Amino acid sequence: MAAIDNRTTGYRQPAGEGLADWVARRGAGFWIVAALLAAMPLIASPFWLVQIIAYSLILGMIALSLMFLAGYGGIVSLVQMTVAALAGYLVAILGDSAVTQISLKWPLWAAVPLAVFLAALFGALSGALSVRTEGIYTIMITLAIASAFYYLTLQNYTIFNGFSGFNGIVPPVFLGVDWRGSQAFYYLCLGCAAIAYGVVVYVSRAPFGLALQGTRDNPRRMAALGFDVVGHRIAAYAFASVIAAFAGVLLVWFQGQISPGTAGIGPVIDVLIIAVVGGLSRPIGPFIGALVYVLLRTFSLDLLEGFGLDGKRYQLVIGLGFLVIVLFSPNGLVGIYERLRERHERSRESRASAMRIGGGAP
Amino acid sequence: MADFISRRPIWSIVIAIAVALLLALVFAVWSPGMEAVLGRKRVFLSALFNGVTLGALYFLVASGFTLIFGLMRNVNLAHGSLYLFGGYVGYSAGALTGSWLVALLVAFLAAAIVGVLMQVLLFRWMEGEDLRQTLVTIGLSIIFADLLLWSYGGDTFQVTTPDWLSGPVQLPFVVALRSNGEAVMMTYPLVRIAILVGAVATGVLMWLALNRTRVGMLVRAGVDDRDMLAATGVRVQLIFILIFAFGAGLAGVAGVVGGTFQSLQPGEDSKILLSSLVVVIVGGMGSIPGAAMGALIVGLAEQFGSVYMPTYAVMLTFIIMVAVLTVRPQGLAARR
Repeated sequence: MAAIDNRTTGYRQPAGEGLADWVARRGAGFWIVAALLAAMPLIASPFWLVQIIAYSLILGMIALSLMFLAGYGGIVSLVQMTVAALAGYLVAILGDSAVTQISLKWPLWAAVPLAVFLAALFGALSGALSVRTEGIYTIMITLAIASAFYYLTLQNYTIFNGFSGFNGIVPPVFLGVDWRGSQAFYYLCLGCAAIAYGVVVYVSRAPFGLALQGTRDNPRRMAALGFDVVGHRIAAYAFASVIAAFAGVLLVWFQGQISPGTAGIGPVIDVLIIAVVGGLSRPIGPFIGALVYVLLRTFSLDLLEGFGLDGKRYQLVIGLGFLVIVLFSPNGLVGIYERLRERHERSRESRASAMRIGGGAP
Repeated sequence: MADFISRRPIWSIVIAIAVALLLALVFAVWSPGMEAVLGRKRVFLSALFNGVTLGALYFLVASGFTLIFGLMRNVNLAHGSLYLFGGYVGYSAGALTGSWLVALLVAFLAAAIVGVLMQVLLFRWMEGEDLRQTLVTIGLSIIFADLLLWSYGGDTFQVTTPDWLSGPVQLPFVVALRSNGEAVMMTYPLVRIAILVGAVATGVLMWLALNRTRVGMLVRAGVDDRDMLAATGVRVQLIFILIFAFGAGLAGVAGVVGGTFQSLQPGEDSKILLSSLVVVIVGGMGSIPGAAMGALIVGLAEQFGSVYMPTYAVMLTFIIMVAVLTVRPQGLAARR
């Protein structure tokens, strides 16, 4: 698969690196985006803050967990949305919701960690089930697992409350802050997304991440070198599932309700679309993909009708856009950006070399 | 057969006992004690028959899926869309001409043409890139689903059963005894039996075509080693197009069949796709006998599940899949 580029992100941390070096190495773009995100509540309305950006950050985290598996492990798992939905369900079941006969009303500090733990366990188990087969089978098996979970939530009324699911789930008051407020919730999402991003970048350069990339590129050689390939893959599932589970907790607080539709086939595929459209080669890709997806989803009606088309055809737009990206830029939007930059640099270099020669073309 | 018995004596005995038990259950007149445990015999028998005929439908869809996968390593996640497309086109053709057979033929041709276009325009140019092909099929399935929703709307359609296939037929199985000792026989819709016979015939024809003809030989060689086959001078692209057309056409036919004894509506595409995924995972990817075995197991599991444990019918199918993956990750009938 060309989308999963052989990008070796390994490097040796220089000894005695100062803060200034660390700041400088991030580059200007990173700090501009970081400052913009941090100052977003000053410029954006609550609608934009929560419905667009916070939602993109949550979806981006779920897609990030898929990007980690696909980009570094070569495992395209469709089970990440299911892990997130399971975490959301568990928060509703263990914590508080309007369905009082099921919800256990545990305090936050007990419900959320247990929800994340159980969801991550589920992710790791699905991983253990699917890594036994190779490559492309993973998609089929994880899709089957995801749809089984969907139908389970649809048919089970004792735990998952069937078709209607749970509603009335609100972000808690914690550490003296009411996280229901749009600014507080935005910063909560931003903080979680930033931590998830940082951890993925860190792990991708840590020995575990490097070994995982080794199993992606050549599992047989890694096995011959003494690495436990299956173990690494299951650990990758567990790690990615923790990220997805935290995103699921945020998602259920964002929506205020959870129902089988959250874990349906559509959202499961959407997460894959987000990750692929953004780009599977870099951790920033899923967030870009999520932003594009949320913008399209929110404004496609106006956009399509603006062009004089039927506003109901937004699935068609998503599908066509996805197809075009897959066909022409296997690395997604990030890949397009990188290609443009490369071309720009090459043309500058060639211009510079032409100047050195003196422009004396024969 | 004899080979299997000598290699796996214990399994052969288990299978033989299971088959004997099943036959006894089907033919015997049930005592009140048995009815207390298993419910009415009529319910059991109709679950069995519905399971087998549902398995026949799944086989029609999954055999094309597994052939395409086996030969081209292409996980065609748009296969469910081809099913729904074939069903809708067949419905239109049937409504126009009033003939069920014409509907089948038109559905086969229409789906086959779409399949050929997909192979020639898209997949041919990304050979060997498994994941990219799969992503393309996901994009296609989204586009197809929306286009079909656009042109046919969200209503439920049912293909009309032709006169010569409608109505029930009496089967030689005793369901119960009346108080006067008269036996009540099982009645069953004729169209479902016709579908079962048709699916079995398709399966046998496919087996014959694969194992007794030259093209079938080439296909089998391609499944085993595509590159080597191409190196011997065979025009593999032609075979790919042929198989894609055939597999897609089967999905289209299955759409009409499914539209006859179930119904056609948006969302049916992903449902049938998931069923055939499980069928192929259980049976073994790329194997036609595996698809038959898996289709039978999944169809029976769904029907018996919905009769005996209604809340967890889907979970039963899933548990079977997990069990197979744990014991034989490559599927029941796969060689590797």
